[in-house]
Amino acid sequence: MTEPNSPEDQTPATTPAAAVLAAPVPTAPPRSQWADVWSQFTHHKGAMAGAVVFILILAGVFLGPLLWQIDPSYIDIRARNQGPSLAHPFGTDQLGRDMMARMMAGGQVSVAVGVTAMLLALFLGSLVGVLAGYFRRIDGPLMRLTDLFLALPLLPLLLVMVMLFRDMLSKNFGPETGIFILMVVAIGITSWMPTARIVRGDVLALKEREFVLAARSIGTTPFKMILRHILPNVVSPIVVSATLGIANAIITESALSFLGLGFPPDFPTWGRLLFDAVDYMQQNPERVMLPGIAISLSVLSVNYLGDGLRDALDPRIRGR
Amino acid sequence: MKVRTLLLGAAASLAFAPAAFAERGEDGQLNIIYWQAPSTLNPFLSGGTKEVESSSMIIEPLIRFNEKGEMVPMLIDEIPTVENGGVAEDLKSITYKLSEGVKWSDGSDFTASDAVFTWKYCTHPDSGCAQVSYFDGVEAVEAPDPMTVVVKFKEPKPFPYTAFVGSESPIIQEAQFKDCLGASAPECTDANFGPIGTGPFVVDEFKPNDVITLSANENYRDASKPAFASITFKGGGDAASAARSVLETGEFDYAWNLQLAPEVLDKMAAAGKGEVVVAFATSVERLHLNQTNPDSALGPDKRSVFMNGENKHPFLTDPMVGKALSMAIDRQLLVDIGYGRAGKVTCNVLPGPEAYASTANDDCMTQDIEGAKKLLDDAGWVPGGDGIRTKDGMRLSVLYQTSTNAVRQDAQALIKQWWSELGVETELRNIDASVFFGGDPSSPDTFQKFYADIEMYTNNFSGVDPEAYMANWRCSDIPTPKSQWQGANIQRFCDPAYDELVTEMSRTAELDKRADLAKQMNDMIMQSYSIIPLVYRGGQSAHANSLGGVLMNDWDSELWNIADWYRIK
Amino acid sequence: MLTYFFRRLLLSIPTLLFIALVIFLLLDLAPGDPTAQLPLTIPPEVREQIRQSLGLGEPLPIRFWKWLVQFFWIEPQVLIDSIFNTHFSAGDSRVLSWQTRSPVMDIVIQRMPQTLWVVGTAYLVAIVIALPIGIYSAYRQYSIFDNVGTFVSMVGFSVPPFFSGVLVIVIFAVNLGWLPSIYDTTHKVYDWETFMVQLRQMIMPVMVLALQITAQLSRFMRASMLDNLNQDYVRTARAKGLNERVVVLVHVLRNSMIPVVTVIALGVPQIFGGAIITEQVFKVNGIGQLLITAIQANDIPMVQTLTFIFAVLIVLFNLIADVLYGLLDPRIRYD
Repeated sequence: MTEPNSPEDQTPATTPAAAVLAAPVPTAPPRSQWADVWSQFTHHKGAMAGAVVFILILAGVFLGPLLWQIDPSYIDIRARNQGPSLAHPFGTDQLGRDMMARMMAGGQVSVAVGVTAMLLALFLGSLVGVLAGYFRRIDGPLMRLTDLFLALPLLPLLLVMVMLFRDMLSKNFGPETGIFILMVVAIGITSWMPTARIVRGDVLALKEREFVLAARSIGTTPFKMILRHILPNVVSPIVVSATLGIANAIITESALSFLGLGFPPDFPTWGRLLFDAVDYMQQNPERVMLPGIAISLSVLSVNYLGDGLRDALDPRIRGR
Repeated sequence: MKVRTLLLGAAASLAFAPAAFAERGEDGQLNIIYWQAPSTLNPFLSGGTKEVESSSMIIEPLIRFNEKGEMVPMLIDEIPTVENGGVAEDLKSITYKLSEGVKWSDGSDFTASDAVFTWKYCTHPDSGCAQVSYFDGVEAVEAPDPMTVVVKFKEPKPFPYTAFVGSESPIIQEAQFKDCLGASAPECTDANFGPIGTGPFVVDEFKPNDVITLSANENYRDASKPAFASITFKGGGDAASAARSVLETGEFDYAWNLQLAPEVLDKMAAAGKGEVVVAFATSVERLHLNQTNPDSALGPDKRSVFMNGENKHPFLTDPMVGKALSMAIDRQLLVDIGYGRAGKVTCNVLPGPEAYASTANDDCMTQDIEGAKKLLDDAGWVPGGDGIRTKDGMRLSVLYQTSTNAVRQDAQALIKQWWSELGVETELRNIDASVFFGGDPSSPDTFQKFYADIEMYTNNFSGVDPEAYMANWRCSDIPTPKSQWQGANIQRFCDPAYDELVTEMSRTAELDKRADLAKQMNDMIMQSYSIIPLVYRGGQSAHANSLGGVLMNDWDSELWNIADWYRIK
Repeated sequence: MLTYFFRRLLLSIPTLLFIALVIFLLLDLAPGDPTAQLPLTIPPEVREQIRQSLGLGEPLPIRFWKWLVQFFWIEPQVLIDSIFNTHFSAGDSRVLSWQTRSPVMDIVIQRMPQTLWVVGTAYLVAIVIALPIGIYSAYRQYSIFDNVGTFVSMVGFSVPPFFSGVLVIVIFAVNLGWLPSIYDTTHKVYDWETFMVQLRQMIMPVMVLALQITAQLSRFMRASMLDNLNQDYVRTARAKGLNERVVVLVHVLRNSMIPVVTVIALGVPQIFGGAIITEQVFKVNGIGQLLITAIQANDIPMVQTLTFIFAVLIVLFNLIADVLYGLLDPRIRYD
């Protein structure tokens, strides 16, 4: 069945011993499983395209400011609401701030918040989902906890978090890191529930499969079982949750900042740039297009990366 | 009819002529959109602008303010004054003579006892009436006969036009609300959602926070009005979509409170389907400079607490610093970018009515960054290595907070840049309006608590008399932990000389002297630089080109003359 | 399975009471004030009086107990009264909203139709579109259809409705003038023509919402199908000479439905919960708009009641999903 990782798979057990002895001695060293996964991954067209785009985005937002040195918060009031030009390749906003610099600065925050919050939500969701699905005894309590989190109204919850923790965090980590931690945690702990429910559903079905039974019968510990047999088989819903989660985190961040729960108002992020530009959609369409495209591209590239990862982890289609 | 002649005399122009000959209901349907939806039609239970304005089509006060801030009699024939004997010589009572033949929309007679009942309803201790301050100082409201209302005051009241004046103090029907006094007020849902009134329209259906359908009042006192037979009053959404529905798609005839970037609104208006109208009253967008120390290292008993002047702000109590901060601001640019037609540059915290507006501070109208720098240099603030000015180890570094609102965030960014040119470091913070303006004593982010150095918002006063407004800045009105942070003196300004002027004004009856006192108080606050006024703000709405008779008004409800609105054919 | 169902149902009562308590504490702790939206011209003393008249002066446990009694004892009586014309609830005070000072449940019932119409239709449309897309995309992985589907659904998911909603309004209402930009909640459907009017005003909000839901559903459908298409039982089924259509649509689909059922079960409560941003953009004024205005106005009884109803639905539909797992895959057992 699907347990993909045992090395025995690679030598069919039915071959007669004589044939094995007669066969030429393999000259190349045996390939490890992860090398296989890696080579499959690098041969996945979608994954490579996704990786290239994602690296370009990262380079653009993190290294770009070294080349394009305009301060994203510098106001040049005479140059307001301009379209693309040589001086401002992406145009300027309603206060004459350079959109290219703002897109770069915004990207740093959005990508960082999006990826970290998504990872946190994935971790929490997968952990709760796998534990609840695998161990029947804690299934009930964990799923009731999930119900509770699903039912909590998001906005008051965030207001409470900000009220309780903002001052403490900014005191200990400085205002910007403090808010970053707050945002990531806020988004993370309010968006892990769907992942948990989905992963649990899959685990419930998986643990009744024959290969799990087989593994258990040879004395595999629950920890090993989860790590080697369960997790690799729930990768696909996790990957989908990851791609949806990153888009979700970027947009949620902008909503939080807009409500005054996040970064200071002069701190651009992609979600915020998009939100601010909606009113100007008819005058300066490029101002909504840019952050919209940037968010979509990041999400698409993560999606293809995830597809590649999923395919690479699936031994049945390896080498296809 | 006398009321109508007076009304026309006060407010009409030639444009009204077609409406005057019109027949009631001949112009059919009117569509109004308020992007904040009213949640009740009883303005005593919820004092929000949206509730007051929507109910102003249905219930009326005795006197309204017109678009110039002048008083217009509504349910009376003549405005009582000392000269015509309506106001007592000792200023302790005012007598209103009701007009003949005014009827409630259910056909019953409108009488003085309704006014008496309204007073009892709103001042009942358990009612939580939002408009109870209109009855401040009222000892009793009496009805010697069905056509006479006498309002008696405890103390001489130099400006007696508060109770039953303006759309926030309308009269409700005794017959409908008589079982709804005090704690049982919220149980009368049918009455709260469909008050019987004397106004031009009656409620057909009210869906809270969504939509109101109204139709013309068959018993309205002017047989030819209103011109519209029915109104759909839709709520919800945002300012941009409300503007779009009037100016671009033409689905609606009137949209309220369009606080949008000027270029966005201009672009929409360019579609040629409608027109943007503005009116000014008393709203001023201003900066408050905390006069107490908001340092987060101080405990909750000291942080931003006045403590009889013991806990001064390290540098904002110095008027020179405040003056420099004010001089660095280009107010005209703030207007151009954020407000357009709906804003004017102002240097006063009391910008209107005109008679009360001071001209002593008009220097602030032009930006002078060099002058501001010199001022700070002279005061001993010298730029340090990072460009930020310091003096005696103190850095000119401020936390500047306001509520979340696109225009305010743009203004914050601009002001931050000007101040950075001056050598002042600024950290910006925006807070959700429902937290910022909420009085929750447990939240650190309310504007009353003022856990920041500088904050920005708009305040105003209703009506035309600034006495109560100017009294906001008495020492006794400073918010403290003991008062649960209640109090209107947000910046914690305290000057005994100012308090004396407040007392003097409350004893002065002559309008000229009152105006002088108000100006004097305004100038005192301005010269303390504890408040930096930025923009004189007007209301901004839009109406379809085919809608006639709109007289935009910021002194009263925008819908104050909806009885005169008509369809241009 | 039946005993499991009833045991879970019984267990959900304490769960829900606990959730109600947590929500209540959370709302009480959250900063905010029911008088925050009033103009600043209303003086502080008056605000304090308003707060007292709303019952904010009472201690927390009493307020919670009052809400429990009103919600679980008085409101059902009101419901019975309105159905059977009885008078059990006469004189009892119901759950009153702080904004409108009227019974919360009346407003909820008033808002139900438009939310069910718009969000419900969007869900149906999304399911009808998403499942075939997901199935076919997986069946023909990396075909042009799959790639286009991936592209459209990912872009669709990453543009938030505050943008896509305004975009379709600008295109279809402003520039083309085909559709109304503002939803009329007073509109009543009684013949073909009024039905068409209703349809026209529903198109844009339904499409914007359906785009998001479709994107999500089709991704999970595709991923799950991919996991199953290469399983041994599929090979066996094909080897037995089963019709390809039967193999994919019966065997593979049934085994791939678990994550999709989970996602749909998570989404159904939202049909009743409404869609906050989309409802705001198109002025649908359903439950979502009711919730967000109540939160902004700190209308605690309203928020508490709405979120609690929402919690009941979440618990119920997650239970239904658990039962469905067992039906889809009989190997899953809970007892």
